[in-house]
Amino acid sequence: MTDDVTTAALGAWVRQFAVLVAAERDHLTELDSAIGDADHGTNMDRGLKAAVAALDELGVEAGAGPMFSKIGMTLVSTVGGASGPLYGTLFLRIGTTFGDTPTVTAKQVTAALRAGLEGVVARGKAQAEDKTMYDALAPAVDALDSALAAGAGLGEALKRAQEAADAGRDATIPMLARKGRASYLGERSVGHQDPGATSVALLVAAAAQTLA
Amino acid sequence: MKKLINDPNDVVAEALLGVEAAHADLQVDHANKIIYRGDAPKTGKVGLISGGGSGHEPLHGGFVGLGMLDAACAGEVFTSPVPDQMLAATKLVDGGAGVLHVVKNYTGDVMNFEMAAEMAAAETGARVVSVVTDDDVAVEDSTWTAGRRGVGVTVLLEKIAGAAAEEGRDLDAVADIARKVNAQGRSMGVALSSCTVPAAGSPTFELGDDEMELGVGIHGEPGRRRVPLAPAKEIAEMLVDPILSDLPFGSGDSVIAFVNGLGGTPLLELYVMYNEVSKILSKHGVSVARSLVGSYITSLEMAGSSVTLLRVDDELLSLWDAPVRTPALRWGI
Repeated sequence: MTDDVTTAALGAWVRQFAVLVAAERDHLTELDSAIGDADHGTNMDRGLKAAVAALDELGVEAGAGPMFSKIGMTLVSTVGGASGPLYGTLFLRIGTTFGDTPTVTAKQVTAALRAGLEGVVARGKAQAEDKTMYDALAPAVDALDSALAAGAGLGEALKRAQEAADAGRDATIPMLARKGRASYLGERSVGHQDPGATSVALLVAAAAQTLA
Repeated sequence: MKKLINDPNDVVAEALLGVEAAHADLQVDHANKIIYRGDAPKTGKVGLISGGGSGHEPLHGGFVGLGMLDAACAGEVFTSPVPDQMLAATKLVDGGAGVLHVVKNYTGDVMNFEMAAEMAAAETGARVVSVVTDDDVAVEDSTWTAGRRGVGVTVLLEKIAGAAAEEGRDLDAVADIARKVNAQGRSMGVALSSCTVPAAGSPTFELGDDEMELGVGIHGEPGRRRVPLAPAKEIAEMLVDPILSDLPFGSGDSVIAFVNGLGGTPLLELYVMYNEVSKILSKHGVSVARSLVGSYITSLEMAGSSVTLLRVDDELLSLWDAPVRTPALRWGI
C-alpha cells in the first residue's frame, strides 16, 4: 500500500472538517462565550461552508496547492475575527507547500502541516501554553512527524496525531489565557477549554478519517 | 431588546445606506462595506484608512472626510472587518503616496489588517504602513495579555494624522505623527450599564443598579474591577488618576482633554464629568490646551464615559486645529 494522498482525499479532509465543525458548532460557540466573544462556532461554520462551496466550484483538477490556497483565501474572507487570519494562514501555507505537485506524499502532508503551524505562529505570535489553537496543533504535528519517522504508515501516524491533538485540547482547560480576548479575563480564563484548540482537534480528527 | 432596527442581520448594511443618503460628499462601497471620501484617491496625498467592528459610531465612518480619514471599513457589530475590505479600501484611496492603516489593538483587527497589508503589497505594490493604538490603561498586565486595547486615542490620532496627510507630508512622516499621538495618549473608561449586540438580543453583561464596571472595554470586556456606583466627582478621580500616573503626566504638561460618552450617556452628564476632570487636571498643574466632549467612540447603547488625555506640543496642536470636514468632526472650514 502506498502512502500517497490524492487531491480528492485532501478535498475530502476539508469537507469532513466542515461536517465535524457543523456538528459541533453550538459547542464551539458555547466554549467561546465563556472566555471570548461567543462566535467561534458560527464563524467557523460559515467559513467552512464557503470553503466547501469553493471546493465544489474548483474541482479536483486544480491540484492540491491551488486548492488549499483557495480554501485559505476563502476562510480569510468569510470567518472574520482572529480565527479567519489564523485558519486562513494555516491553509494558505499548506497550499504553498504543496505547490503544483500532482500527488502528495505522507511526508509532504507533514511538511505542509508543519509549515501551516509556523504560519499560525508567525501570524498569532502564540507560544505553548498560551491557551490557543497552538496547544492542540503543535503536539499533533510533532506526533505525526515522529510516528512517520519511526516507520509508521500515514494512517497510524494520523491516529497518533489525533490523540495528541485531543490531549492538547484537554490540556488547555487549566491554562491561563495569554493571547486574544480571553487574556483580558486573567485568572477567570482558568477552567475553560479553549475553543480554538477544540476546532483544531476536529481538523486533525478529520484528517485521520479521510487521508489514510 | 428594544432597538430602532428592521432586522438584526441588516443593521450594518442599512446603516451604510443611511450614511450614503445623508452625506453627499461621501461614497459607500456596499459590497465591501467601505465609506470613503468622494474625492478619493487624492493624487500625491497619503491615504488614511481605518476600520473595525461596527457599534462604535461615529468611529470610524463618521471620521471620513477632508482632514481626517480617506476610508473606513465596517465589520459586523464588534467583529473585525476582513482583509478583502481593507485591501479594497487601500486601493480606493492610494493616490501614489502610500497608505496608512490605523488599527486598534484587538487580536482580530491586528491580524486582519496585517494580512490586508501583505495582500496590498503583493497585488498592487502599494506601500502600506500600520500604526496600532493601545492607550487603555485599564489593562494593567500587557505582558501576559493581548496588550492594551485601542480606545479614545484612536479618535485624536485619526484627526491629527489626517491633518498631517492633508498638509502633504509623506507616509513616514504621517506614520511618525500617528505613533507619537499613540505614545503620548492614555485613556480609561467606566460603564454604568451594558450594551446589547443586535444579533445576540440580550445584554453582553449584567450590572446591578448600584454597580459600575471600572476600566470597561468598548465591547463590554471586563475592566479592572466592579465597584459601587459613586458621584461623578469620584468616578472622574478613578479614571483620571490611573491615566496621570501611567504616562506619567506632570505639572506643566499641556493636553487635549477628551471626555467621551459610550453611547447611552447624555451630553449633560458628560459636561458634569468634564467639570470634574478639569478640576483634577488643574490641581495637578496640567493645563488643558483643547477639549473634546461628546460621544465619539461608543459601545452601542452602553451608559458610561471614558477619559482620554493626550500630551501635546505646538506641532500636534496646530494639526489638531487644522480644518476638518467629516460627519462627526468639522471645524475651520
